[in-house]
Formats: sequence, C-alpha cells, structure tokens
Amino acid sequence: MSSLLELENVTVDFSLGSALVAKLQGKPAPVLRAVDRVSLTVKKGESIGIVGESGCGKSTLAQVIVGLQEADQGCVRLEGQEIKVKRPGAVRRRIQMVFQDPGSSLNPRLTVEQTLTVLLKHYGTPDSAARRARCEELLSMVGLSESVLEVKPRSLSGGQRQRVAIARALAVEPDILIADEAVAALDVSVQASILALLNRLRRELDLTLVFISHDLAVVRQVCSRVAVIYLGRVVEDRPAEDLFDDPQHPYTRALMAAAPKLGVVKTAGSAALKGEAPSAMDRPSGCRFRSRCPASQPICAEVEPDLEGPAADQLAACHFAWSGTDPGQPQRVASSSR
Amino acid sequence: MSGPTGHNPLITDSGIGLDEVEEARAIPSRKRFKTVPRKVWIGAAIITAFALVAIFAPLLAPFDPLAQDPVNNLTPPDSTHLLGTDELGRDVLSRLIYATRTDLPIGLLAALFPFLVGTVLGTLAGFFGGFIDALTMRISDIVQAFPSYILVIALVFVLGPGAKSILIAFTALGWVVYARIIRTEVLRVRSADYVKAAKVSGLPTRGILVRDVFRNSVGPSLVYFPSDIVFATLALAAFSFLGLGIPPPTPEWGAMIADGQAHIREQWWLSTLPGVMIVLLGLGYSLIGDGLEESLDK
Amino acid sequence: MSRILEVSDLEIELELDGSTISPVRGASITVDRGEILGIAGESGSGKSLTLKSLIGLLPRHGMAKGTLLFSQDGGEPSPYDPADVRGRGISMVFQEPMTALNPTMRVGDLISIGPRFHEGLSRRQAKARTLDLMERVGLPDAERRAKMWPHELSGGLRQRVMIAVALSTKPELLLCDEPTTALDVSVQDQILGLLQQLRTDLGMAIVFVSHDLAVIGELCDRVAVMYAGRVLETGPTTDLLSDPRHPYTAGLIASIPSFDRLDIEPRGIPGQPPDPAVESSGCPFADRCAFTKDDCRTTPFHLTGTRDRQTACIHPEVLRDGRPA
Repeated sequence: MSSLLELENVTVDFSLGSALVAKLQGKPAPVLRAVDRVSLTVKKGESIGIVGESGCGKSTLAQVIVGLQEADQGCVRLEGQEIKVKRPGAVRRRIQMVFQDPGSSLNPRLTVEQTLTVLLKHYGTPDSAARRARCEELLSMVGLSESVLEVKPRSLSGGQRQRVAIARALAVEPDILIADEAVAALDVSVQASILALLNRLRRELDLTLVFISHDLAVVRQVCSRVAVIYLGRVVEDRPAEDLFDDPQHPYTRALMAAAPKLGVVKTAGSAALKGEAPSAMDRPSGCRFRSRCPASQPICAEVEPDLEGPAADQLAACHFAWSGTDPGQPQRVASSSR
Repeated sequence: MSGPTGHNPLITDSGIGLDEVEEARAIPSRKRFKTVPRKVWIGAAIITAFALVAIFAPLLAPFDPLAQDPVNNLTPPDSTHLLGTDELGRDVLSRLIYATRTDLPIGLLAALFPFLVGTVLGTLAGFFGGFIDALTMRISDIVQAFPSYILVIALVFVLGPGAKSILIAFTALGWVVYARIIRTEVLRVRSADYVKAAKVSGLPTRGILVRDVFRNSVGPSLVYFPSDIVFATLALAAFSFLGLGIPPPTPEWGAMIADGQAHIREQWWLSTLPGVMIVLLGLGYSLIGDGLEESLDK
Repeated sequence: MSRILEVSDLEIELELDGSTISPVRGASITVDRGEILGIAGESGSGKSLTLKSLIGLLPRHGMAKGTLLFSQDGGEPSPYDPADVRGRGISMVFQEPMTALNPTMRVGDLISIGPRFHEGLSRRQAKARTLDLMERVGLPDAERRAKMWPHELSGGLRQRVMIAVALSTKPELLLCDEPTTALDVSVQDQILGLLQQLRTDLGMAIVFVSHDLAVIGELCDRVAVMYAGRVLETGPTTDLLSDPRHPYTAGLIASIPSFDRLDIEPRGIPGQPPDPAVESSGCPFADRCAFTKDDCRTTPFHLTGTRDRQTACIHPEVLRDGRPA
C-alpha cells in the first residue's frame, strides 16, 4: 500500500487585526497559528482518525486537505503530486467531504435528486435516464429508498440528511472521503448506523477515510490509525490498537481517562485533566501541553519535543514517550484546585 | 421492518446492523411548508382588476380622457358623466380609467428596475467581497447620503420631464435598498456548509452563485418588492403633483390630485377619487407582500 | 429515603402553526433528597421540556398538566407553583454556557444577584457568599475573577459560573439541562466531578438531563429513560445499564461505541421516533422494536414494577433471551 495522501509540515496561520498597525507599534503581527507543522501520511484504503478537542485545528486541517483553505507553509500531496486550493477538477473530485451539520450541508431549496443531478451533469453523465439510475444506485448504497429523491432536506431526519450528504460525496467517485465530525450532531442510535455505513462503504468501494472527531470511542470503531492533535500539533500518531492499548502521550492518556465509559462511575471531585487548553496565541514554551501535563519536567519548558518514535508508524511528541519510566498515568486530580 | 415478518433489524448476519432501507417520511406538521395565504390571492385579485381596467380602458371609458368641454366644466356626477367633469370639462371617470395605463406600468417598472440592478450588484458584492464589495457599498453610501427628492428633481430637470426620466431617477436611487438587503443574505449564505460542499464537489462558481447562493438569498428581496411598488407609485404621484412627473394632458392620478386642489371645497371628488385609487392599488400590493412574507417565514 | 420531588403524569402540549403536538405524554419521575437522577433520551424524547416544566420555563404556547410536588424545607412534597420556586429551592443549569450568562453583568454580580434578591443579603454578605461559591466551583483567584465579564471566560469557566449562580440561592434541587454537551471531553469530565463533589458536600439533589448514556452512567444514581414523550424505564444506574428491561434501553446501550470493547460493533436503532402530532396509545417504540408482538401496539401504555425499578415493556423477557422470542 503506497501512500495516497501526504501532509508535510502543513501550517495555517490566521491573522487577527492589522499587521500594519502592529508593525507601527513595533510588535509582531498578531497571528493565530491554527495548524502547526502537521505531517501525516495516509495509505490507500486506510482509515485514519484525527482526534482533538475544540480549537485544536483539526477542522482547519480538513479544510486544507479538501481544498477550502490554503496552507501558509508546507504542502499537501496526492500520490506524490502537490495540490493546493486551486486544483483541477480531476483532482478535486478525488477528495470529498461530509460535513458536521446535516441541517446546513444540503441546499434547502433543492430536492435530493436535484442536488445529486447537478453533480452528475457536471461530471459528464449526459443523459437523464443514466443520471436517474445513478441517483438510485447512490441512494441504495447509503441505505435510502428512492422516495427520498423527490423531497427537500427539511422533510428528512438528521440521519437521513447525513446519508444524502454521503451519497453526494460518493457521486463523484472520490478516492478519499473526509468526515468532519460527521456523526457529532446525530443521536447515538443514528450515529451507530452511520458509522456502520462508513465502514461498509470503505470496504466495498476501497475508500480511504479521514475521520475527524473529538470522540475517541467513535474513532475506535472506524479507524485503523489515530493521530491526536493538541493546539495545532500532532502529539501522537499510531495504529489504533497500539494507541488505545498503550498511549504514550499524557494528553492521549488524559483524553481516554476523561471520556465517559458505560458502567464506570465517577469519583467525586476527580478530573483526568486540569484546566483548559491555553489560547493558541499564548502557547507555553517548549512542549505546548506542559501547562496541563501531570508529569511535566524542567526539560518540557525548554525544548519542544519532536514527533518521533521507535518506528515510522509509532510516533509521539513527548520527551518521556517509550521511556519505560512512567511519569504518571494521569492520577485523578481534585478538580477544585486548578 | 420488524416483528411479525421475522426480519430483525437489530441483529443482522453481518453484525453491522445496516440493512434497512429508510423511507423518507415527512417531518411533523410544525415543519411542513405553509401554503400560500389567502391574502396573497386577494391582493392579486385587486391588482389583476386594475390591470384589466388598464388593458380594456378604451372599452370601459365612456369618453375620450383628453376631450375637453370647457363649457361643461366642473359638473357634479350625473347620468352622463358618472363622476363629473374636471376644470377643463374632461370626464373624470374616463381619466381615472385611463390613468391606470400610466400609474400601473410606471409604478411597477419604477420598482422593477431598481430591483434588478440592486439585486445583481448586491449579490456580486456580497459573494465576491473585496474590491467589488467596497466599491458598491461606497457608491450606495453616497447615493443614500443625498436627499433623494432633490436628486430626483435634479435628474428630471436635466433629462426633461416624462416617464423615462422618472424611471432613470428612481432606478438611480432605488437600487441601494435591494443591494443591501440581498448582500446581507448573501453574506450569511455564502459561509453555509452547502456552499462549501458545492465548492468541494468542484462545481463551477457561476452555478454555485445562482443555484446555491442566490436562490437562498433572494427571499427578503421578493418580500420587499411589492411594498416598493407601492412606494414607487406614491412617489410617482407625488412628483406629478409637484409638476415633475408625467406632463399634462396625460391622465395620471397624482396629476389629477394636483389639478383638483383648487376646487377642493366644491368639487372635492376631483382630488379624492384619484387618491382612493392609489390607496386601493397600494392595498393590493401590500397584501401580496405581507402574504409572501408570511409564507417565506417557515 | 425522603422524597424531594414527585412528578406524576406530566403532559405537555404545544400549539404550533395551528396544530397541537404532545412532546410529553405522561411522564412520572421521583427524586429523593441528595439523589442524582438522570433523564436519558435522544432528541425529541421530551426530556428537556420535562425539566423546564419543573420551574415554569415552558414556551408561551405550551400547556402542562399533571401533578408536581416539591418538598420545601424538609417537609413532605406538596404542590407548588413552578414559577415561584425559582431561586427558592430549585435552580437550573443550562446547556449553552456561551449564551446563558448575561453579557452585560460581571461574574460577581451574576452570582450575587440571586441571594440579594431572594434573601435580602447586603452587598457585603452577598460578596462573601459569592467568593466562597466561586472557590467551591473551582474558580480560584475569585476576587479578580469576580470582576471579569462572561465573554472573557472560556466555556468551561462559564459553566462553572453558571453552576455558582445556580447554587447561590442554596437550592435543595439542582436541575441540569445537558450542561456538558457543549463542552470538550476533558472539561466535561471536570464538571461532572464537580457536580459529584457538590452533591457530597451540600447534600443537594440533582436531576441531570442528557442524551449521553455514558455520561449519565458516570454521574447518576438512578436513571429514567425517555422516548417519544414518555418514561420507558427507570432504575438504579448500574442495574439499568447491565440488565435493561426495555428494548429501547438495550438498543441505546448497544449503540454506544466504547473503546474498551472492540469485539462488539455498535448497532443503531433503525427508523425514527413517532410523530409528536399523532396520538397513539400502545408502546411508542413498537414500530422500531425488534421484538414487537401483536399486543404491544394494542395494550395501553403503562409502567409496571416498583418505584425503584419500572419498565413500560410488557414483554421484557425478550431481552433475557437476546433474540426475537
């Protein structure tokens, strides 16, 4: 399996306020670094999960991959060829996306059939009978009956809309499907069906899946590899099994400890992770996680750890990863004292 | 889907749990689309009635609206002249009828042209932003900063009186409102996920602009349009009243009101009846506009 | 076991566009002193409206029927006026910390306004209580924080402020409407720990509404599962989660992905909840249930069991077998 998609040192900065004014004041231009030198490799047919909490830059990263946002540094490569926001149609169709909010990802004024037909027409299915057949085929792939074709999104439930969104993404026959929190807005009983659908489609169509989520448990159901992002940087990137069995980065451990698990009761006053993520403009020196890390040492403030590890697919950005010394599974700390 | 037929969707062979096919079902009544309210039909009926009068004016009007009969001027309503005659002996009823041929089309066009110009400019400004947006907005600021009536007077003065000048003047002023209305909507819509999805799918920008952005932004403009027709018709009457609108002897309600001013004590109907016509026309358009607003407000 | 809240046969109707819908169709719940009751349900189950009706926060076009009994000052639960009890025994924490705090008031004032209004505390007394509360909810450096504006705080901190506001009037019952849904997982974890601690320290009862059964499992002593405006099952959390007695509860549990157990793929529940505008008398889950029998739709809906463990399913034995009976 060769690498299909490659991100190399992708960096995205958002400027806030006037750079000119700041210059006149002798200060550096106020910039928010949403994505900080992210490098990822995705192989054909793989499903990789990108996990992080709000503000970590995962959505921005998704937008860079799919061509809605330009990277300020670094590059994105599809089968070795660099791609930017402006990309030829033949390239654009290969990477498609499903968005988070089923309520706003479909044009409310178009029926499902119209939404799909516009795409099919543009991509060269000239005759209307063939288009109709393809629409029905797409719908049955996502588990919807053809009666859905005549209705507008407002008559569909969230789960149904999300299936239509998936059908739309598949209509152009992409190689890579990016799901940006695609199940986060759905009820849990619907969520499971959509995840199962994504799994099945991946297998049947040999799709490569990039699954963005804040929910580790969901990612586990779908992904064979997981990259954890904190404040714009990948802090751990390993096969799912390894990451879940034996997380090497304290943030990953904390996320797993913090996630609610069925049948586990919480201890009063306990919290897996203290405080909140600092603003991306105010990053701690050295390791950006050190202000919340239960095991922070002096070196963590001085040197930013590189993303490295014992193998090309076993990577973590922590000075103490794989060290054998356990600087501490995050003990449940009393949350009342931050 | 379950139970008696033996098919159990919760447990399937593949263990994955997705083999059911979901029928689309209409969501509960509170989200069902509202049908067009009755007032739209009433308003449309009124406007249609006026339109028919305008079309069949020669058949309906008992007299030539321009035919003067100075001897029989200012006569009250009687069996010959159902609504009396004006100060030049012209039949009031005929003039009222023929005035629809001026007031209706010009009122409509005086709102339609601004609608077209403003909507196009506003959509482009909102969608593309940058220079187009800045330019459009600054020009609209300048136009709005001007006292509008003075601008119209100046334009009519330069271009000479008549329907064409009125339309040019109203368009030059009126586009601004439409531009702003639709620009606001476009700004909201262009960051919607379905627009991003269309871009990601690789659809051409022009198609996205029309199908995704415009169609979802134009609602408030359409709601405003009928009330703007009312404003335009009233403005036309006002300008004619001031002598700047449609020049005599063409019958026009506003001009008729002006002419009847001098005789308001004795022959009050000369000014009042044209006013009533304007009110009725305005009512028709307002009902349509209100009704549209209700039905778009799902 | 002293009861603090008793809700019986709560029905809520809403007028929308000329038609009436019934988002809550006969819900009954009870809460004991110091107990944390979870109300679990997906969107459209009526759980939020049920909670809001307890303190009179229904929309203007809504009407509620039923019996609400609340025990004030330690007595037996008695009928009360929902609008009257706000700030006098029952408080609420809302879902969206970004919008639930008045942006034109400083944090300290937000917390002290309740005690000053309801108890007539002086400015100094209210300030003392405010600072104490802020420490309690995990907002150290309280003096400085009290002068801040809500928009200067992050979501997690705002939620703590909201909890402090809710606690400021010393409620015996705290209602929580999905208070952690809009928060990051790590922050949610902190807030849940905080709520547990507050219950231990203050002896307060809590009703916690959430769509996340795992969160409810972490925090709550007992659970009521709602669906289509009705309570389908109640029971102690551990019992309910390990031995559900209603197929819907079992379906919910099976839908939840867990990262401990990869051998079981989560399964959804096919179909959709019934239309709230349509009347029905049998089991509301019958159309989606894998185990529906003929009498499920015809038998009028009712709960069986003891106060501690109830179910609306008339054939709970199907779950023991795990296959359609």
